[in-house]
Amino acid sequence: MTVILKAKDIIARLSEKFPGCLAEAGTDSVLVEAAAIPAVVQYLREGEGLEFDYLNFITAVDYYQYFEVVYHLTSLKHNHAIFLKTRCYDRENPSVPSVVGIFQGADFQEREIYDLFGIKFEGHPDLRRIFLWEGFPGHPLRKDFNQ
Amino acid sequence: MEMNLKPRIYEPDELDRHEAESIAALKAKSQLPIPDPDDWLDEEIKRNVLLTTADAVLNWARRSSLWPVICFPACCAFEFIAAEGPRFDISRFGMEILRASPRQADLMITAGTLTWKMAPVVRRVYEQMPEPKWVIAMGACAISGGIFRSSYAVVPGYNRIVPVDVYVPGCPPRPEALIHGIRLLQKKIARQKNRIQLPEIRLPKPGGKSR
Repeated sequence: MTVILKAKDIIARLSEKFPGCLAEAGTDSVLVEAAAIPAVVQYLREGEGLEFDYLNFITAVDYYQYFEVVYHLTSLKHNHAIFLKTRCYDRENPSVPSVVGIFQGADFQEREIYDLFGIKFEGHPDLRRIFLWEGFPGHPLRKDFNQ
Repeated sequence: MEMNLKPRIYEPDELDRHEAESIAALKAKSQLPIPDPDDWLDEEIKRNVLLTTADAVLNWARRSSLWPVICFPACCAFEFIAAEGPRFDISRFGMEILRASPRQADLMITAGTLTWKMAPVVRRVYEQMPEPKWVIAMGACAISGGIFRSSYAVVPGYNRIVPVDVYVPGCPPRPEALIHGIRLLQKKIARQKNRIQLPEIRLPKPGGKSR
């Protein structure tokens, strides 16, 4: 019988496994240091009893002071889900490690975020613009974008 | 050479004689009534010969079989699909055959928003269509960019990319409006002047051998 884990329990397991990597935890989300994202996603995908096998989406938010990249993971096997968040404060050259190696479906979504926010995904095999054309000035989903 | 600009002045009796001669000649030729042309023409010819102008024939042929190319970038396409269907049925006007290849089409119905990313593709489709070709801008987005006009990624009107013949407003236009637009285009085609290039006829040279 599958056991539905609550986000609280998942976060407790993560903080045990990755001490010092979790910045803060909400009711159903957890804020992770950017450098730890691939390891955390890998663990969530393969950890015993976690088995998050489905990446719902990756998106990003511009809060002016920082960019927040949001990952939504679901386990179809155990029917539990969690939001991972990470922040990058460098507005000029924001960068987050890529998770394409773990979830293939992250490919286009990371390209979309790169296109519209200008966040670079380190280790992405083919990081090009996807909606806009090469040479488009700026990143239109940034709050300070003016055409 | 000396030009004789002086008009010839007939004597009155000479004029009378001239008139009498012409009347006599006409009278001699007009003893029998001229037959009605319908009686005179052969029955077969009467049924099979139609006198018209090249313009009228070419324009009739062109406007009566407008084949649209499948190039529908966005949601106005659904109104076009409705117009294609049995309820509105644009095949009544001879324009229902959609062509998947622009090389076989002569009408482009630009149904929907066009982004700059897609613009080169639409331009290429248009350039592949053989002459003569026409474009109908369908819907607000096709006319001016519509509600997306101020976007950084949207072409403000198809007429930046291709020359547009008829504009059909609406968001989206009803199928009746689209049919009205196509009928307007047909009227426009009916007014066109055509330049026909006839094959060159080679006449044999006088006194020489013909090729």
